[in-house]
Amino acid sequence: MTHTSLNPAPRELLKLVVVGHVDHGKSTLVGRLLYDTDALPEGKLEELQAVSAKRGMALEWSFVLDSFQAERDQAVTIDTTQIRFKTDRRDYVIIDAPGHREFLKNMVSGAAEADAAILVIDAAEGVREQSRRHGYLLHLLGVRQVAVVVNKMDLVDHDQSRFAEVAQEVTDYLAGIGVEPAAILPIAAREGANVAASSPELAWFNGPSLLDMLDRFQSVTRPSLQPLRLPIQDVYHFDERRILVGRVESGVLRAGDTVLFSPSNKTARVRSLEAWNAEPPLEAHAGHSVGLTLEEQLFLERGEVMSHEERPPQLTNVFKTTLFWLGHGALEPGQKLTAKLGTARYAVEVVAIEQTIDTDSLERRSGEALQRNGIGEAVLRSRALMVVDEAQTLPHSGRFVLLDGLDLVGGGLISMEGYPDQRSVMQVRASNVFSVEHGVSREERWARSGHKGGVIWLTGLSGAGKSTLAMALERLLFERGYQVYVLDGDNVRRGLNANLGFSPKDRAENIRRVGEAAALFADSGAVCITAFISPYQSDRDRARAATERLVPGGFHEIHVAADLATCEQRDPKGLYKKARAGEIADFTGVSAPYDPPSNPDFVVDTNALSIEDGVAELLEFCRSRIAFDPPKSN
Amino acid sequence: MDRLDQLESQSLFILREAYARLEPLSMLWSLGKDSNVMVWLARKAFFGRVPFPVVLLDTGNELDEVYAFRDEYVETWGLSYINADCPALEETDPTLPLNSRHAARKTLGLKRIIADQGFRGIFLGIRRDEQAVRGKERVFSPRDESGTWDYKDQPAEFWDQYKTEIRPGAHLRIHPLLAWTEVDIWRYIQRERIPVVPLYFARDGWRYRSLGEKDITRPIRSQAGTIEEIIAELETTRQPERAGRTMDHDSEDAFERLRASGYM
Repeated sequence: MTHTSLNPAPRELLKLVVVGHVDHGKSTLVGRLLYDTDALPEGKLEELQAVSAKRGMALEWSFVLDSFQAERDQAVTIDTTQIRFKTDRRDYVIIDAPGHREFLKNMVSGAAEADAAILVIDAAEGVREQSRRHGYLLHLLGVRQVAVVVNKMDLVDHDQSRFAEVAQEVTDYLAGIGVEPAAILPIAAREGANVAASSPELAWFNGPSLLDMLDRFQSVTRPSLQPLRLPIQDVYHFDERRILVGRVESGVLRAGDTVLFSPSNKTARVRSLEAWNAEPPLEAHAGHSVGLTLEEQLFLERGEVMSHEERPPQLTNVFKTTLFWLGHGALEPGQKLTAKLGTARYAVEVVAIEQTIDTDSLERRSGEALQRNGIGEAVLRSRALMVVDEAQTLPHSGRFVLLDGLDLVGGGLISMEGYPDQRSVMQVRASNVFSVEHGVSREERWARSGHKGGVIWLTGLSGAGKSTLAMALERLLFERGYQVYVLDGDNVRRGLNANLGFSPKDRAENIRRVGEAAALFADSGAVCITAFISPYQSDRDRARAATERLVPGGFHEIHVAADLATCEQRDPKGLYKKARAGEIADFTGVSAPYDPPSNPDFVVDTNALSIEDGVAELLEFCRSRIAFDPPKSN
Repeated sequence: MDRLDQLESQSLFILREAYARLEPLSMLWSLGKDSNVMVWLARKAFFGRVPFPVVLLDTGNELDEVYAFRDEYVETWGLSYINADCPALEETDPTLPLNSRHAARKTLGLKRIIADQGFRGIFLGIRRDEQAVRGKERVFSPRDESGTWDYKDQPAEFWDQYKTEIRPGAHLRIHPLLAWTEVDIWRYIQRERIPVVPLYFARDGWRYRSLGEKDITRPIRSQAGTIEEIIAELETTRQPERAGRTMDHDSEDAFERLRASGYM
């Protein structure tokens, strides 16, 4: 007997999730699908009849899935389950997800691994709260193929116009979140109408039956054409080999490839792909769990992401996210959580909840907090550099989950819009550079100036008053005998940084150069005041590091704070007006983000203070920080 | 990638996630077809070497062929093996139906070995398609200090981010085969030439479809004497796999109660 004669190759499998509002008939539909496709095991129908009779009800299909006693007693699905059926075309795993709001995390657990979804809507009730929330979540979870069934048509007398109403309602809603349903079908799951075959009562409907519809879905394959991403799971030294293991999330890896590791920025050549009890493969595609060895012995750990050099992931410690929150309490700014992205873990802090999204009305509101089971947009910051991708282009490396203590409490999609990729900023291009010792010591310079060198770094929105404050402070310090100089945004852009624009990347480079220049001023014994919006905390941190390298304790971050409305009203250069008119792209506060300092050394509130009072406060602050013993008397 | 490759890759990913995050670890090896596939996958995941012990929950009541198989493959596969003796029937919950009490011995044995060894993670070869209550399981399923399964409040699990954070004293049941079906298992055994206990193959018109202890497992009527014939039989049968396991059928919620109290 040959090995193939009896058993053809395994068939294609499609994972299907069934979602919708509680009591709209999800479990019933699944039970019916199983019955119609002959997937119920022998004796199951009799068992269902017995269990139903015991509870004094007619045959209850949902008991096929609601296998917990509590689910059967309360007639509510508590947790997701998976069960199989097949058509002539292929095999299906059907994932039944609870509709009840309380069990949203279970719905998410089920839905996230589906290739396609059936959204069930009660013909009489129409679109309800959880129909909308589930529709929205499917989108966030990455399920792109959706069929809508308008169920319980028997309860509305199989009325065509009622079906048309509900179909319109659901089409409008889904269009609002960018989802185009593959089909909208009328069905009556309990009696089986239009589930496996068309029925006389629904003869007016010309479309396919649900089963035909399902067979039209595409099975989803992992993306091999996208850039390579392979998060390292572990490093094994079971024998003389040092094997890196992980799963290719996207792209293709071949033996001999030169690869880049992030965030460490190390590169190496892949010596071999390794396998046990099989020929070592020459290449691995998206979805493959692999082992590999490198030609160089690099120190690498779990969490590093392998890519090719030409299309690397981004590095950042701040990003924007659309997230869903499953935690018990509300999610609020200042909260500290752990993000798990690929195989890496990062300590993150919520900087801001920018918007909450009402999944009922699709209205976006500016929000302070995200309630349990809510969806919204937030800004997160991490201490370490994170390896990320845009969720839009690379879903597997662009999404993360949030842990609060031991519990998984949310998931989010990453957007880097408005934030710079910090890889370009941190790359050191120069080699063979050695620092030369100066012949003059720091203390000698301070003794001659009569004060310490340092940087007074003003940050704030355009129009907050940075330049005005900087120039006034420079005047006052100068008059008191200080060596002082202002680096101002517009002035620097005319010379040193004339080649830079306003993209996130160029902004980061602008601030990097200013930070280095200010550090040299400080090292020379002068006080350098800077007046730049400097919107990203990461850039300011880098400027601080540049100064602190030369002058420990010499960097002072001052938040020139004024709210956006006030700044926009002042609009000293007319820039807000242009930005609102769409003439300026990436304008901070309007179309680009501003990270307020998380831990400023001093805050000048120009909403509340006059310029004179503001400068007076700043002067006092400066004198206290840059005084050198013995301080020069006025 | 065909379906077996996908299943294999996902299982390797799960095995490696657990190994990277949990210590000490072990794997339950009942010596049935599923757990043999699981050991095989572990050898793949860790390049020939299973870097944690395999544990048999031994009631002393396994079929003779099962013990013979164990003795051979502990040696051949170079496994680190723990024989965990299960407590007597008298120590089980007397309110359970009798067949369930036989099964509950394994639960007690499991709890005892976890307490003795302080395992933080245990691999089990259960599959969703075996039994409806198992269909509701997570891949990484937490158990508290008493070993019970809080099935009404399971952790969220999506995008392959598993729960690996637990309190001291608690442990995780890890299920690398949850997404496999009975037919997948046989096709994989066939593809990889994985040895199995001969009782699965029909002799005189009978074979075991599922192996349990002597007193609570029955063979089924079958002519399937080869893997090919077993697969062909499974493609058409409507008999549930565990029909020969008497303990599942004592009462409506017999299996649910077993699992909630910590059964595999």
